[in-house]
Order: sequence, then structure tokens, then C-alpha cells
Amino acid sequence: MASTPQSVVRPVIQGQLGRTRPDIAGMVFSAILLLSLLFSLAIIGILLGDQLTRAMPVFIERGTDFLTSPLSSNPANAGVAQGIVGTALLATLVALIAFPIGILTAVYLEEYAGANALTRFIDINIRNLAGVPSVVYGLLGLAIFVTAFATLGIGNGRNVLTGGLTLAVLILPLVIITSAEAIRSVPTTLREGGFGLGASRWQVVRGLVLPAAVPGILTGTVLALARALGETAPLIVVGAVLGSFSTGGSIAELLTGPYTALPVIVYDWARKPQEEFRALTSAAIIVLLVVTFVINAVAVILRNRYDRRW
Amino acid sequence: MSAVPGAIGPGDLQGTAARRRNERLVKAMLMGAAILSVLISAGIVVSLIFEALAFLGEITIDQLFAPGWFPRRGMFSIPTVLAGTLIVSAIAMLLAAPIGLLSAIYLAEYASHRVRSVLKPILEILAGIPSVVLGFFALVWIGPNIVQTFFDAPTPFSLAAAGIGVGILTIPLVASVSEDAMRAVPTGLREASYGLGARRLTTSLRVVVPAAVSGIVAAMILAISRAVGETMVVAVAAGATSGSLFTVDPTSQGTTLTAAMAALATGSDQVVGDGAAFLSLFFLGFILFLMTLGLNVLGDVFVRRTRQRY
Repeated sequence: MASTPQSVVRPVIQGQLGRTRPDIAGMVFSAILLLSLLFSLAIIGILLGDQLTRAMPVFIERGTDFLTSPLSSNPANAGVAQGIVGTALLATLVALIAFPIGILTAVYLEEYAGANALTRFIDINIRNLAGVPSVVYGLLGLAIFVTAFATLGIGNGRNVLTGGLTLAVLILPLVIITSAEAIRSVPTTLREGGFGLGASRWQVVRGLVLPAAVPGILTGTVLALARALGETAPLIVVGAVLGSFSTGGSIAELLTGPYTALPVIVYDWARKPQEEFRALTSAAIIVLLVVTFVINAVAVILRNRYDRRW
Repeated sequence: MSAVPGAIGPGDLQGTAARRRNERLVKAMLMGAAILSVLISAGIVVSLIFEALAFLGEITIDQLFAPGWFPRRGMFSIPTVLAGTLIVSAIAMLLAAPIGLLSAIYLAEYASHRVRSVLKPILEILAGIPSVVLGFFALVWIGPNIVQTFFDAPTPFSLAAAGIGVGILTIPLVASVSEDAMRAVPTGLREASYGLGARRLTTSLRVVVPAAVSGIVAAMILAISRAVGETMVVAVAAGATSGSLFTVDPTSQGTTLTAAMAALATGSDQVVGDGAAFLSLFFLGFILFLMTLGLNVLGDVFVRRTRQRY
């Protein structure tokens, strides 16, 4: 060993360590990885391109008339006005029902509940509810909400109120989980500061924790709302109308009469055999995508605007 | 403590009776909201069980093994809908598992922070597309351009087209759960691997992926659950809306648990009131609920295993 002088060994070792063998396998692998991610982008591109091409003639020919016309079995004058009204009503109902209940539940789980069996049970229960397929929520709505409304004599129970209740219950777990995460990310020191000043638990929650958690809660709830408005399966189970109908337009009739929603119209038209309805379906899809993208964009803006790090 | 004038005892720190009453009231209200989620679960289970039992009371067992699923003719072949569900989920996973996992490896191990913030939203957008939209896309684009071109399907409607559509919808789920699992792998493991001279490819595949394997398995299980419960893609793209004979051919039209439910709730199969066909909706829902619940609980076990490991 000692016989080899350092001046000879050093360049050999340096050469070995500094050797840059082209990493072909690595490059191929990272290309495959990137390609698989871009596959999703390609799908989005093809989907949008395909649907826009199909929808264009409708928008060029009909213009805003497509947005303001009611449903019709005649493709030449069928429009999505009732779907837009229905989706707007459902959004309002879902926000009014699911947001407060969801946020209050999250507050309970994060701020009040002790580490006991009941808390664990509620927690597991909510996580399992989040995994229940949406169509099953439709069955819940049909068996409980529709039956209850029909028994109470509010129409036949197949109205926008039961639809809204069903969608609200559907996204409730999502609202709870995202709100709980937002509340959890508020640092404990903030709470301790409040308690130190003599605030009660509710005062700490209302005055310190909730305001600090609002950005996260808003983002989560708005995303959940977007998800609810894209749902079709539960609505067709609880009786959103497929096919055309007319409404008198009074508020009572709006709430207790027949109703539909944008995704339900997409489904209804997608099933129709006539070729003319193909273009209309794509046009309705574009309207639905615009609505969901706008809501998602609102969530992203809220997140970026109020995002803060502790 | 006993009689020193002006000393403060524990009683003085309790606050007034009104304040304590308010606190108890608030806590009770919040707890009520949390209990609501338990009631929802109970509602789902009760409504499904009762109606499913009522269905079993209306029919004979051999009707469940009829040659096909034709609810209006009293043929409630469970093997038919299960086979369809299995085919669609298998095709979906063949697509979503590799694409989702490779995307996740890219996002977790390869992408720089900036690249990630640009590419990650692709998956979020894909996850935000309503399923009925993907169903129509599967029918008018995937069916004719992929399934009919490469697999010689007789019509644009096929279980394969629906499976590909469901697969696209599940990619974001596989990617996000797997990515979370890989990000939870401690940096120390990667550094040790690099320190031994391993390259990024080796580190990703031999160190990070094995360390995150529980989370990746969980991602796959949750994705299967999602695919089994996906309704609208199958309802639009798989055809066979009035019923289907038993089939295991992916290029043929067919029905699944969820598609059969959508068909029962709508259109030609719309059945109002009692009768075995109407009740079969709940029976299918019950089977679906049990399947997804089982998968979700199993997935949860694996998710928790990743969390405990480090």
C-alpha cells in the first residue's frame, strides 16, 4: 500500500469519482414520468378541444338564446336556462345547509371534543362517509328527504329542496374534513394567548381561531361546493327532471315544483339518439365547465389572497 | 386560603354563572352538529337495509341468478352487474395505476418546487371535471377513436370506453394519495441513498417507493373504491340502458352496479312506487355501499400504517 505514492493514487480516485457516465436509464425514466403527467394534460386538452368544436356551432347560431331558453324536445330551441336556475338554487341551498353544519362540526372536533371513544367514532364515521359513492347519497335522499317532503304534502317531494338537502349531505364530510384541517393549522400559541387574557373557549374560537382559519375554510368549502354542482347521479335518483317541463316562475313553485340542474341536462341530452342533441350536449357541457371552473378559480384566488404562514 | 380577605380562590376564576351556561350551550350545539354526521350514516344504513330486505322479500333467489339484468322482466342477475363492475374497474385501474403512480413519483421526487406548482394544477383540474362530462367524452371520443379503432368494438358504447373514462377520473386520486405517501418518506433515507452513490432513478425506485409502499397500496385501494362507485361515466358510455345479458367482453355493451342504478332511476326503466324493480335500486345500493365501505376501511388501514412507520 505504502509503495504507491499519493501523487499517483489521487488522480485515479478523482477520475473515478468525477467520472460523468451519461445516465441514460435515468433520463429515459424521467422522460416517462413527465410524459405520464402530461398524459393528463393531453386528456384535458383533447376533451376541451373536442367539446368546444362540437359546441361552437350552437353558440354561433344561437348566441345567448341558448342560455335563456327553457328545455324543449325540439333541439332547435332547447336551452339551459332552467338548468342554470336549478344549479344556482342548489348552490345556495348547499351553501346554507352544509357550510354552517360542517364548520360547526369541525370546530367541535378540533376545539371541544375530548380524546375519547365518541370523538374517535365520529371521526372514523366522517372519514367513511367521505368515501361513500355519490349515488348512494341519492338513495338516502330518496328514502328519507323525498319521503318526508311527500308525507308533509310539499309537492311529491321531488323538488329542489330535497335535491339541495341531498347534495348538502353529500359534501358535508368534505366540508368537515377541510375545515378541521384549516382549524388545526392555527397555532396553539394563539389560543393560549386568548385563554391567558381570560377569554372563554367560545370567545377564543370565535374571536381568534375562526378568523385565522377563514382562508383555509373558505377554500375547502368552495371547492366542495364546486364538487356538489358537478354531481349528477344523486340528483337523478332523488328525482331531478329528465326531459322538459315548464314552471310558473313563482318562488313557491320554484322551490317545490319540478327542477333540473346543468349536469342533469347534460346527462339527459347525452342519452338522446338525435344527432342535433349531440351539439347541444357539448354546449351544455361548456356552460357546466365554465360554472365549475369559475367556482374553482374563486377558491384558488381566496387561497392565494389570504394564505398565510405561521 | 380560608379567610384571608381579598385573596383569590379557584371559585373566582370560574367566571360568572351566565358565562358558564353560555359555554355549555355552545358546546352542546356544536356536539349536536357533530352527532348529525352519525345520524346521516345511520340513515344511509337503515334506508338501504330496509329496502334491500323488502326487495329480497319480493323475489325468489333464482331471480338473482337469471341470465341477465332486466329489472322490468324480473331478471335481477347480480353476477351480470358484478362482472360489469369488475371489468370497468379493472380497465380503469390498468390506466390509472401506472399513470397516477408515475405522475406522483415525478411530482414528489423529480419536479422542482416551481415546476411542481405549474404541473400539479393539471391533476387538480382533471379532478374537477364533472363525471357526466367525462362520460359524454368517453361516448363520443374514446369510444369511436380508441375502443372502436383499436379493439374493434361494434358500437361507440362499450364497457371498455366507460372503463377508460373512469380510469381518467381516478388518475388524480391515485397521484395525490401516492404523492403524499412519498413526501412523508424522511429526507434522511434519500440522503443516505445519494451518499452511497445511488442516482435519482435508483433512489426513487429502490428507496422511496418501497418506503412509501403502504401509502401507494392505499392509493390503489381507494382508487378501486372510487372506480366501483363511479356512476355517470358508466351510465352514459357503457350502453345497455334497458338491461344486459351476462357478459365478460369489454368491447360489448354492458351494465354495472352503478349504471343499473342510474338506469333504474331514470328513463325507460323509471319505476315509480313499489314493485321489485324499484326496490332493486336499494339492493344494488346496499351491495355497492358494502363493497366501497370494505375497500375504504382496508385503504384506511394502509394509510395509517404509513403514518406510524416514521
